[in-house]
Amino acid sequence: MSAKHHRVGDGPVIRRILIGLAVVLTALFLFMPLVVIFTQALAQGWAGYIGNILDEYTLHAIGLTLFVALLTVPLNTVFGVFLAWLVTRFSFPGRRLLATLIDIPFAVSPVVAGLLYLLLYGSNGWAGQWLGQYDVELMFAWPGIVMVTVFVTCPFVARELIPLMQQQGRDEEEAAVVLGASGWQLFRRVTLPNIRWALLYGVILTNARAVGEFGAVSVVSGSIRGETNTLPLHVELLYQDYNIVGAFTAASLLAGIALITLAVKTIVEWRQSRSEEF
Amino acid sequence: MADTDQSVRPRRAGVPVSRRVLPGFGLSLGVTLFFISLVLLLPISGLVIHTAGMGWEQFWFVVTDPRVVASFKVTVLAALAASLFNCVFGLLMAWVLVRYEFPGKRLLDAIMDLPFALPTAVAGITLATLFAESGWYGRVLAEFGIEVAYTPLGIVVAMAFTSVPFVVRTVQPVLEELPPEDEEAAVSLGASDWTVFRRILFPVLWPALVTGGGLSFARSLGEYGAVVFIAGNSPYVSEVISLMIFVRLEEYDFAAASAIASVVMGVSLLLLLAINVWQGRYLKRLHGGRG
Repeated sequence: MSAKHHRVGDGPVIRRILIGLAVVLTALFLFMPLVVIFTQALAQGWAGYIGNILDEYTLHAIGLTLFVALLTVPLNTVFGVFLAWLVTRFSFPGRRLLATLIDIPFAVSPVVAGLLYLLLYGSNGWAGQWLGQYDVELMFAWPGIVMVTVFVTCPFVARELIPLMQQQGRDEEEAAVVLGASGWQLFRRVTLPNIRWALLYGVILTNARAVGEFGAVSVVSGSIRGETNTLPLHVELLYQDYNIVGAFTAASLLAGIALITLAVKTIVEWRQSRSEEF
Repeated sequence: MADTDQSVRPRRAGVPVSRRVLPGFGLSLGVTLFFISLVLLLPISGLVIHTAGMGWEQFWFVVTDPRVVASFKVTVLAALAASLFNCVFGLLMAWVLVRYEFPGKRLLDAIMDLPFALPTAVAGITLATLFAESGWYGRVLAEFGIEVAYTPLGIVVAMAFTSVPFVVRTVQPVLEELPPEDEEAAVSLGASDWTVFRRILFPVLWPALVTGGGLSFARSLGEYGAVVFIAGNSPYVSEVISLMIFVRLEEYDFAAASAIASVVMGVSLLLLLAINVWQGRYLKRLHGGRG
């Protein structure tokens, strides 16, 4: 037995087999779909690609999707920071229950999420009937899309922040308070610099899910072309129209956002591991 | 500082107010409770009230409709198969990413999260295109007589794809923190890799594997976007339960939709609770009461 062979799987043969298997399976299962998206999108060349993006309905879907994200992401960021602050900086009865409640959107099927809002705010729901007296229609219009997107993406920021803030502890912040910092100073000067990378990733992830939500949005949107069609719904519509290139063109924009999300995650993790080393 | 002894052990968990040195308790509690009530609890209570109002007989009639029962079966079986696949694949990936150094490792690690970042509808049309009869994979598989797209197998593929990261990301940290002593001792005493893995590593890894598999199963149960494009959606054969809710909604049968939805949500919430309790327990054991 060689001195190098210390741990399980250190043998050169088993090592090569396992790495090879992992690389091949990942290439087939995760990498290939990306290749498909972009080759299909570019099947008619760059001119066709640009032409498909500049299609009136695609542009409208892009606009609506960005608008929804623009409303959802800040709202859920503020909520996520408050929740993380609450559960990591104070102990009170019900703290764990709160941390579990926030996971509900992860566990609930997106279609059920959409249904929840439709039942409450739709024309048969009590909130919907009450709002209907004032001619306010939330479902099958953009407010409904925003509402379900907020529901589906509300855990992400808190989920990124809670483990980090728990691990960092409250010593630095308590010191700042003793030294006379106000609440806002404390957050901006002490907390924010410590959590900014995790916060950034939480925001990016919230954004990725907000622009990509499909199931919940399709329940409450009504998918009216040029009105309540978000980009993922537009992908479905084009695909069902057998406009495969068009569908993959729209899909490639969403895949681009996904790739940016992964890049940010990698950078954030690298920064965090570096700051832990020093 | 007058009350330095506040950190002394024998204090009960019901914390006195004076201990809250940091500001913002009232504000963050207020914001959080308001948000959670409005966004989560109010709509959920709406579903509960709606379902409770329909009466037991009608509820049972709707939920035991043969087409609905078939879709429950398809969903549970496909989710089981998908999470089993992910347990094996996830364990392999976690192992390779933690134990070995090789070129491209960072890229491999990064792409593991793709299914979380990629919108489900995009995953759906992409997998359907790959596995369709004329697709890159479908063509090859057809030679062996295997049909994936528009069959229940397609549902498994879509569910497995969307829940890949769960097992990888729960097993990875456990593998990283594994102390090498026992393993090295066993190896140096001449035990085979397989024996050491089975007797020393697996007993430490399996709770994380169960957690990751459970999360993957829960996610698969509710999956909709990725599945509908590849499933074929023929009644009794390849309809998943989320689609069933959708079908009832399109028939304007709100009562049936909410009855089925409340079953799905009940199961998901129970699973979530079980996973949380289980995770809390094994984390405690892993960290010797520290966690």
